[in-house]
Amino acid sequence: MLKITNLHANVGDKEVLKGVTLTINPGEVHAIMGPNGSGKSTLSKVIAGYPGYEITSGKVEFEVNGKMIDLSELEPEARACEGVFLAFQYPVEVPGITNLAFLHAAFNAVCRHHGAPEMSEEKFAKFVAEKSKIVEMDPRFLDRGVNVGFSGGEKKRNEILQMAVLSPRLAILDETDSGLDIDALKIVAGGVNKLRSAERGILLITHYQRLLDFIKPDFVHILSAGQIVKSGNSSLALELEKEGYNAYIR
Amino acid sequence: MSKSDSTTLPQAEYKYGFVTEIETDVVPIGLNEEIIGMISAKKNEPEWMLNYRLKAYRHWLTMKEPAWAHLTYAKIDFQKIRFYSAPKTNANAGKKLEELDPELLKTFERLGIPLLEQKRISGVAMDVVFDSVSVGTTQKEALEKVGVIFCSISEAIQKHPELVKKYLGSVVPVADNYYSALNAAVFTDGSFCYIPKGVRCPLDLSTYFRINAKDTGQFERTLLIADEGSYVNYLEGCTAPMRDENQLHAAVVELVAHDNAEIRYSTVQNWYTGDREGRGGVYNFVTKRGKCQGKNSKISWTQVESGSAITWKYPSVILQGDNSVGAFYSVALTHDHMQADTGTKMIHIGKNTKSTIISKGISTGQSSNSYRGLVRILPSAEKARNYSQCDSMIVGERAKANTYPYIENRNRSAVVEHEASTSRLSEDQLFYLKSRGLDQEKAIAMLVNGFCKDVFKHLPLEFSVEAVKLIEMKLENSIG
Repeated sequence: MLKITNLHANVGDKEVLKGVTLTINPGEVHAIMGPNGSGKSTLSKVIAGYPGYEITSGKVEFEVNGKMIDLSELEPEARACEGVFLAFQYPVEVPGITNLAFLHAAFNAVCRHHGAPEMSEEKFAKFVAEKSKIVEMDPRFLDRGVNVGFSGGEKKRNEILQMAVLSPRLAILDETDSGLDIDALKIVAGGVNKLRSAERGILLITHYQRLLDFIKPDFVHILSAGQIVKSGNSSLALELEKEGYNAYIR
Repeated sequence: MSKSDSTTLPQAEYKYGFVTEIETDVVPIGLNEEIIGMISAKKNEPEWMLNYRLKAYRHWLTMKEPAWAHLTYAKIDFQKIRFYSAPKTNANAGKKLEELDPELLKTFERLGIPLLEQKRISGVAMDVVFDSVSVGTTQKEALEKVGVIFCSISEAIQKHPELVKKYLGSVVPVADNYYSALNAAVFTDGSFCYIPKGVRCPLDLSTYFRINAKDTGQFERTLLIADEGSYVNYLEGCTAPMRDENQLHAAVVELVAHDNAEIRYSTVQNWYTGDREGRGGVYNFVTKRGKCQGKNSKISWTQVESGSAITWKYPSVILQGDNSVGAFYSVALTHDHMQADTGTKMIHIGKNTKSTIISKGISTGQSSNSYRGLVRILPSAEKARNYSQCDSMIVGERAKANTYPYIENRNRSAVVEHEASTSRLSEDQLFYLKSRGLDQEKAIAMLVNGFCKDVFKHLPLEFSVEAVKLIEMKLENSIG
C-alpha cells in the first residue's frame, strides 16, 4: 500500500534522505530505527507532506482505490483523507479549540472527502468517548484545548486517540515512545496494538528497542545517514540493542 | 427627493451589499448652518436642540481632522456628503411597523432582521436605523410595562427632553474630538434607552444600522442610561451596500451607568469593506464611551470589527464610581486593503476600580491592523487594577500589525499588567490541522477562532455564533 522508491529529499539545502526504498503492505508493522540525525523524522514528514521538505528524486506512492498514486501530488489534507496518518513526535498545542471540536471537524472532513454522511455532534461525542477507552483517556480531556497543558504522555495518548478516531490505512508513529514513562508507554503501545488490523499498515519510528518490546514489528529497518542499511525481522532490533548503532553505521 | 441609484460592484462575497430602491427625502449635499437648520426642522426639533447643533458646528469649524491614527486615506470633503437621507414613506413618524414601506420590510428581512411581529427574534427588542432615520422599534409595549424607554433618539428628543438634555454630551462632550463635534452638529438618528432604577431589562436591546443611499453619511447618536441597580444587554449590528465611493459613518455612543448598574454593549460591525482593490467601503469614525458614574457600576464593550475600509474606534470607559468595573473585549479582522486603528481607553478615577482589556487583531492580505490603548490611573484611583492582553496574528506576507499601548499611572497603589504578543499564523499548527484532513481554509478559520475564543465567549450566544460564522466567511474569501 506504500511504496517508497530510491527517495532523496532535502530539508532546506541539505540532503537528508539519500535513497530510501521501502514497501509496506496492509497488515504489516514496520519499525525504522536509527541514531539521531539519520533521517527518521524527515521520512515521516515527507510522507505526510510537511512544507519545506522537498523530494529531489525518487518517489513515494500510496494505494488509493486500488491504484498506486504519487503522494507528492496530494496536499497534506488530501493525504490524510486518503488514510495517511502521522502521530507527531511533538504534537502542537492549539488553544481555544476543544479536543472534541477538533476531532469532530477532522472526522467530518474525512467523511466529506469520501462522500459519506457527516456525523452529528451528539453521535460523535459518544463515538469518541468509546474510542477514548483504547488509550484509557479521561473523557474530560475532550473538553480541553487541543493538547493545551497536556503532559508529554497525555499528548502521545491523544495522538493515538486521533488515530483511533480517523481510522487511517497507514499510520506513521514518529517517536511515539519518546518522553514516556513505562506506565504511559504500556498504555500507548496497548492502544496501538488494539489498532493493528489486516487492512492497516503501521510504520513505527523509534530510537530505542524499548517500544518494540510492547509492539512487535514484522520488519525492522536500520536507517543511517539517509539510507536503510539493514533490514530484518524483529530479532534485528535485539541485535541492535546488544551491539549498538555503531556496528551498522556507514 | 431623489431615487437611489443602483450602481454596485460585482462582488459576491458580501451578501449585504445590495441596494434598496426607495424614494428618499433628502437635504442638499454639503454642510453649512442652513443645512443643519434643515435637518433640525425635518425632525421638528425644539430650539435648544438646534442651538446645541449650531454651537457644535461652529466649534467643529475651528477643529482639525486628527492625523495621529495609523491610517492613510484621502482627505474627506465634507461638502460632497449628504447629511440627511430618509425613506420618503417614513415621513409620518410614529407609524406602526406593519405599515412600513414593503421595500424596507423586505430589506431588513434580507438582512436577517425580520421586523414583523410573527417573525421577530424572541427575547430581543430592536430599533432599526435606515440611513438617517429610525424606521421602527419593536417590542415597545413589552418594555414600557417595566418602565424601560427604548426608542429612536429623535423620538426621545420629543418625548423625553429632560433626559436627553441631562445626558446628551455628558460622556462625550461636543468638543471631545473632531468627529464627535461633527456628529453633535449633524446627527440624524440612533437609539435612546433608559432603564429605570432596579429594573433588569427583560429583553436584549438591539439596534441595527443600515446605510443605503449614495453619497450619504450616517451620523448615528446613541444614548443609553442605566439607572441605579439596573441591567441591560445591548447589541448592535451594521451593514451597507457595496459602492465605489467611500461612505462616512461618524457615530457617537454614550453610556451612563449609575450606582450598581450594569451595561453590556456588544457590536458586530460588518460595514462594506471596499472591493479587493481597495475601492469604496465605509469610513467608520466612531466615538464610543461609557461612564461608570455610580459606585459598583459595570460597563463592558465587546466588539467584533470585521468590516469598513477604515475603522477608527476606541470604545472607552470612565471609571468614576468607586469599585466600578470596565471591560473591553475586541476582535478586529482586517483583510485586503482594510485599515483598522482600534482599541480602548480605561480612565480610572474612583477607588478600587478595575478594568480588563482583551484585544485580538488578525490581519490578512495587505491590510493594516493597529491596537491603540490607553490605561490612565488618576491620583484618586486608590488600588485601581488593570489587566491588558493584546495579541496580534498576521496571516500572509503583506499584512501589518501594530500595537500602541499607553499606560499613565499616577497612583502608587495601583497595579497595571500588560501582556502583548504578535505572531505569524503558526506553520506547525496549520500543518497539524491539515495532517488530520482539514483543508487550508478550515484550518485557518479554526486557528483564528481559537485565537479569538477569549473574546467570543463574552458575546451573547446568538451573536457569538454569528461572529464565528462571519470570521470564517471573511477568511475564506480573503485567503487562498
